[in-house]
Amino acid sequence: MSTDLIDAARPAYRQPSWLRRHSPPYWLSLVGGGWMLLFFLIPLASGLIVSLETGNPVSGYTLTWNWHIYSQLFVHSDIPYTTFFIRSLYYGVATTILSILIAYPMAYFIAFRVSVRWKSPLILLVLLSFFVSFVIRTDMWSFVLAQQGFVITTLHKLHLVSSNFHILGTSNAVIGGDIYNNLPFMVLPIYVALERIDRRILEAARDLYSNGRQVFLRVVLPLSRAGIFAGVLLVFITTVGDPVNSSLLGGVGTYTIGQAIQDSYLTNQQFNVAAALSTVLMVILGIIMFAYAKIFGTENLENLV
Amino acid sequence: MGITFVPIVVMMLYSFNNAPTSRITFAWNGFTTYWYRNLTQVNGLTHAFLISLEVAILSSLISVIVGTPVALALGRFRFWGRGPINAIVFADIAAPAIVVGAASLSFFLSINLNTGLLTILIAHVAFNIAYVVVVVRARLSGMDSAIEDAARDLGANAWTTFTKVTLPLIWPGLLAAFLLAFAMSVDDYVITSFIAGSTVTFPLFVYGAAKVGLPPQVLCFGTLIFLVGLIVALANGALNRHQFARATTEDSLAAPTQPVVPS
Amino acid sequence: MSDESHPKRGGPVFDPALWRGLTQRRMSRRDALGVAGKGAGLISMAALLASCGIAGSAERRGAAVDWATFWKEQMPTKQLNFANWPLYIDSEHGKTVSLELFTKATGIKVAYDPVIQGDDSFYATVEPELAAQEVTGYDLMVITNGWYFTQLVNNGFLNELDLSRLPNFFKYASPLVKNPSYDPGNKHSVTWQTGFTGIAYNTKMIKREITSFNDLADPAFSGHVGMMNDNVELGSAALLRMGVNPVGSTMADWKESTRWLEKQRPLVAGYYDQSYISHLENGDTWISQAYSGDIFQANLSGYPHLKYVTPKEGQIVWHDNMVIPRQSQNALSALAWMNFYYTPKIAGIVEDWVSYVCPVPAAQDYILDVIKDKTVANSPLVFPSAAADKLSHGYYIYRDYNDYQAWNDVYNPIIES
Repeated sequence: MSTDLIDAARPAYRQPSWLRRHSPPYWLSLVGGGWMLLFFLIPLASGLIVSLETGNPVSGYTLTWNWHIYSQLFVHSDIPYTTFFIRSLYYGVATTILSILIAYPMAYFIAFRVSVRWKSPLILLVLLSFFVSFVIRTDMWSFVLAQQGFVITTLHKLHLVSSNFHILGTSNAVIGGDIYNNLPFMVLPIYVALERIDRRILEAARDLYSNGRQVFLRVVLPLSRAGIFAGVLLVFITTVGDPVNSSLLGGVGTYTIGQAIQDSYLTNQQFNVAAALSTVLMVILGIIMFAYAKIFGTENLENLV
Repeated sequence: MGITFVPIVVMMLYSFNNAPTSRITFAWNGFTTYWYRNLTQVNGLTHAFLISLEVAILSSLISVIVGTPVALALGRFRFWGRGPINAIVFADIAAPAIVVGAASLSFFLSINLNTGLLTILIAHVAFNIAYVVVVVRARLSGMDSAIEDAARDLGANAWTTFTKVTLPLIWPGLLAAFLLAFAMSVDDYVITSFIAGSTVTFPLFVYGAAKVGLPPQVLCFGTLIFLVGLIVALANGALNRHQFARATTEDSLAAPTQPVVPS
Repeated sequence: MSDESHPKRGGPVFDPALWRGLTQRRMSRRDALGVAGKGAGLISMAALLASCGIAGSAERRGAAVDWATFWKEQMPTKQLNFANWPLYIDSEHGKTVSLELFTKATGIKVAYDPVIQGDDSFYATVEPELAAQEVTGYDLMVITNGWYFTQLVNNGFLNELDLSRLPNFFKYASPLVKNPSYDPGNKHSVTWQTGFTGIAYNTKMIKREITSFNDLADPAFSGHVGMMNDNVELGSAALLRMGVNPVGSTMADWKESTRWLEKQRPLVAGYYDQSYISHLENGDTWISQAYSGDIFQANLSGYPHLKYVTPKEGQIVWHDNMVIPRQSQNALSALAWMNFYYTPKIAGIVEDWVSYVCPVPAAQDYILDVIKDKTVANSPLVFPSAAADKLSHGYYIYRDYNDYQAWNDVYNPIIES
């Protein structure tokens, strides 16, 4: 029997419409994407718009395309916003570098020097202390580092420091607080990246006469690059914009751009100033991160996080 | 590594300190469980804590429900919107909290939406969706999609495939996403400080109280949260211990997924 | 082992592959156009929304209210939501006797929220709701006389009080808080506490007598000086130091006073809000601007070595006032509390703990005879003498927003550094 009869008996197969084939992902991402668009992206743009408005809280703000505010804030202002920016960037860089130096050994230790049974609990242990509210933790540090607190009185007794020595209120306290609070953001990505490295590669490198240091520098470090990159991203961005560490642990001379933005909104109610500062912050961070990404050649954003 | 525990230990220790002024002091005045017994004494603290819990649970639930489909879309389909959505998710995670908070406040002011519980919820969901998408997608990519194809071959439609096949396989990822979103929401200070209006959440309360001296009950709450987290983590660890061990050995035996030589 | 394309020791920079990677074009023209297009779309959407601008508080002022009718229509309720500053009501191990007595006498339950950290930050949280004529959730707020108090009044954000329900106020209140200049006729407020801002110092670390604002700039205390970050307090202190009464001071005075502040700045450990007290207590700060009551409380709670002094140039006096925000849902309860408070007994109970300046002079006897607390009853900080009143000056009174902005522009650069 020829197959024509069978073919004729079967109902003709029609492809689902183009819409039906291509629309599922759009329906799926409609609500989530829409939410992020409406309540994340558009506010960012509206921040730019508000920065261009003039007025005051009493008579209201109207959009006047006041681009002058940017030169006003950064060139002619009594309040040294530019200094705050540079200071915040400095805190960001210092924190990032120091946290890489601290987090990498931790992650390395857990990834390579610990038996499989203990890996998960150890990582959990590191992350556990961060389960408690970070405001409480930071305040505990200011409690611990106060002059009548345990640390300084002990240092005094051991005659290691002068009687005038204080940690709180200095830039170092702020940086220390930043490092502490951002540690999990650095440890976790590096750890994940290190875990992914195939152990046999390390064996192969050793078989090819590399000593331990070369194995590390030439094999492990480059392969964990993506982890370091992700960690740097998260830590740097969080630190530059953070107002909490500098306000709880800092003093005079540690005022950051994060505090400036918060104060101009919440205390001085100068909405346009605050919006302008935060737009500039976003743009600067965006440029830095963009340049960083291009230099390190990571095109696939997905693989980062 | 031990240093990360210093503030926690201090916190737990001083939650038992007898402080005559109802504010934490350095001087050790004797051990007492008084603060634990009178946990709800401090005006506004319990209320703030409950509000934080409520917001965290709601926003985590909503973001998991709303974010999982997005993760599915990104993980299982190739479509034009993929790039932009990836970019938005990335930006959402990477954006500094202060910018997001300030921008959200500008936005709410411009559209005349009053700051309060609703705006807190909206903003928390907005940043939690990104975390949910990332976690769920990671879980999805670890799952063999051939199983879904097999289910379809056996006659299941998309919905059945999702509920009977995909969901059971990725639900640990959903749980992890929920927990992550919960932690991010309960601990959020910066964004919430901008858009909370007169509503006080736990981090906002603690920040304000820290100015004049924390009441010891705050330390008690912190200790309790820590202990809960410890228990959850241990339970999670115990449940996953054998799974994890197996997975790690499998990973190291699997073929490398990255180029071996740095380019 | 070296390959030509392998990075050589000491010079990965010369690797041609790296340069190729760095300079490779990663974004095509199409991509760039796409991003630009999306960006423009986003901005125009936002512009559409924001072109409405942000309404000012003045234009959102509600319609005028007939207060007599308003109060006649109010129904009594069993709830009171009271927002106040921290450490501002009696509190013994979490029990607030004054509030409990109130509940017993009237049946009204009080939700007490010590959320006010500053007039400015608190105003910023309630202003959007008040401007939109929505419920703030508070029935009673305590606001210092000053710009924000004036704003609340001028913008119509406060209920006018029904003075017929406050007989105790007229019977017991001190003449200093009746009919104040910032609220004539007590139309909107009755004083909760009065306070002084002067100088406090740690007698253990500073052995000599502190008498003047100039001591805040003593090089011997470098790194241990605290100042307030409330620019009204900061500016007023600087003006007083120059011998200028803040009330009636001019822009020239303000500018002149900043010169001393700038000279002082290297010595200052921090410009603090309420947190100055915890820095004084934990020893980081030795000398600071301070509120009289805070020091009194610190003395009684384990820090007897802190001392408050009125500088010889004068001190600032301010009044924290109870006000009822509009759209309060328990307005009658608020009035009930105001009336309940203005008695020697209740004011005495509160004052015994808070130890600022009591608005009820008769409370002094109550504290002496019933509570038997000689320290508070005889303290010139709580029941000041006429001499102390002579040394006390009020804040500068702003004429309008531009005036307020001018003051801010002069003093904020000192604080935000």
